[in-house]
Amino acid sequence: MHTLMIFWSAVLVNNFVMSRFLGICPFLGVSKKVETAAGMGIAVTFVMALASAVTYIVYNYMLVPLNLDFLYNIAFILIIASLVQLVEMFIKKSSPALYQALGVYLPLITTNCAVLGVTVINKQEGYNFVVSVVNGVGAALGFSLAIILMAGIRERIAKNDILPHFLDFPITLLTAGLMSIAFLGFSNLIKL
Amino acid sequence: MGETNILKIIKNGIIDENPTFMQVIGMCPVLAVTTSAINGVGMGLSTTAVLICSNLVISLLRKVIPDKVRIPCYVVVIASFVTIVDFLMQGFAPPQLNEALGIFIPLIVVNCIILARAESYANKNNPLASVFDGLGMGLGFTLALIIVGSVREILGSGSIFGLTILPEAFPRTIIMILPPGAFFTLALLMAGFKYLRGKNAAK
Repeated sequence: MHTLMIFWSAVLVNNFVMSRFLGICPFLGVSKKVETAAGMGIAVTFVMALASAVTYIVYNYMLVPLNLDFLYNIAFILIIASLVQLVEMFIKKSSPALYQALGVYLPLITTNCAVLGVTVINKQEGYNFVVSVVNGVGAALGFSLAIILMAGIRERIAKNDILPHFLDFPITLLTAGLMSIAFLGFSNLIKL
Repeated sequence: MGETNILKIIKNGIIDENPTFMQVIGMCPVLAVTTSAINGVGMGLSTTAVLICSNLVISLLRKVIPDKVRIPCYVVVIASFVTIVDFLMQGFAPPQLNEALGIFIPLIVVNCIILARAESYANKNNPLASVFDGLGMGLGFTLALIIVGSVREILGSGSIFGLTILPEAFPRTIIMILPPGAFFTLALLMAGFKYLRGKNAAK
């Protein structure tokens, strides 16, 4: 039950983009079209689930026994960078079409702070293995939800007349603000 | 390298290529920690410290690091300095500031500004110029954080740097210190700067 609550909390209440402000760069940069946004969401979900699992194992069974837990930051970022490389190679072999669609965005996942963010949160909250992975998947689904919604809205905004000074980032940020108000509505849904 | 050159590099980071308002990179901390001006200062200066150190080391090592594995090398250098800054903050910064900045201190590792400067500047320039480039970019980032933080703090809690400046009777707009306020403030500031830049260019 507790695990399920953590999942919904990560998706809606503490949505990574809307209330924790993690992963803003891809949220602003890759949200022009619904398809690419969805592709980004899938790739991030995959990497975040794997990263949560691998960092948990490395932190608890390698760094802590060796008293090297202060090196967690360096270890986590290296794990994420190699995972992204692995996912890239895997997708390239198994599905060239998807690779074509995601191509440019895949390496960028390394510097998506949502991925490192979720692993650091897992570590700080002391979640166990299952909860860490659930939290990772939940956070990634929350990220995907936000970026796909935003892409849908931006496709419509593109067809409208906007004040020239508000073109691109300012109008996107205003939209994000309104979405964030909507997400605030979830704030009392779950009490952890 | 002359004095004017150094000033030019610093001005470039603060104004011409301001990471937040001009390049729009490294946005997460700008939105997340700016509930007050003092948080902005803390975050900005920690990032500046990492930026200067990593630019220096990467510039010194630019002929040693093989091109193919340069990104992982940069990340390790940056992550080491972030770890040091994280410990310094835990040891010496006021506890409330530490709590407010939270996970955004370890997350300086993935701040795109730092990797972007390593890749596009420190990689190609001498150590001295790289240090000043880091200083300029860091100050530009700090300034942006202070501006956003001040606007949100004044409207949301009626104070600036913790000093109450608005009279009690003046209503506080709580939403400004909640997440939506961050998006609105940044959107309006960016539109405003775009307008001013357009006006200057027209002259």
